[in-house]
Amino acid sequence: MPQNARPLSPHLQIYRWPLAMALSIVHRATGIALAVGTLLLVWVLLSLANGPEAYASARTFCGSPLGLVLLFGWTWALCFHLANGIRHLFWDVGKGFSIQQAKNSGIVVVVASLVLTGLIWACVIAQGGAK
Amino acid sequence: MSSPNFQTPLKRVTGLGSAKSGTHHFIVQRVTAVALVPLCVWAIFLALALVHADYAHAREILHHHFAAVWLSAFVIAVFWHAQLGLQVVIEDYVHTPWLEIASQLAVKFFCIAGALTSVFAIVRVALA
Repeated sequence: MPQNARPLSPHLQIYRWPLAMALSIVHRATGIALAVGTLLLVWVLLSLANGPEAYASARTFCGSPLGLVLLFGWTWALCFHLANGIRHLFWDVGKGFSIQQAKNSGIVVVVASLVLTGLIWACVIAQGGAK
Repeated sequence: MSSPNFQTPLKRVTGLGSAKSGTHHFIVQRVTAVALVPLCVWAIFLALALVHADYAHAREILHHHFAAVWLSAFVIAVFWHAQLGLQVVIEDYVHTPWLEIASQLAVKFFCIAGALTSVFAIVRVALA
């Protein structure tokens, strides 16, 4: 770390965020959020192994306002991380590196994550809502 | 002819080069990512099937061998991929040596415990 107050190169708060940069940061943030979300996955699986009372309390949490907000957020985080992860896999094999392609694929990822999240929750509501 | 050595004399003396394990980390992260694409899609359908399942029906769904094996593969891939991803996040942002080691250990232990606990629960339901 520099000890004196030298001028620094422009950092995050100076740049106008390009889409690719924002998506890269969101990819990381959703990854961290999903890692935390595995706690709920483990809880539900354990409750299923531990008996009806444990399963009922896990379900009650999932249907509570906090549970629903978390589930909705994790649904979008999963859809985004999945879609943007596929975008990364295309880059890994050397496809889609031009600036225009990267912009377009970024827009596709954002739209796809929203559409998928909407479809999943439409299925939940069509089954009678999350209760 | 041996390939040219680009290390500085100082590096050769101190013996500190790259650990030569970065590529392996990169590849395993991609392998788990590729595995997680179909596994995630399947897990979403499973979750939707479980939304209105009562206890008996939910256990019945996971009693099928196919579901038990795929769900086990899903949780193992999830925790493996999560550990690799969180490791990079910690390497990037945590620079206090003791805190970095402590958080890397915590992430590894959390992910291994999560995977083991999940597989244990799945097997218990599947074999009941």
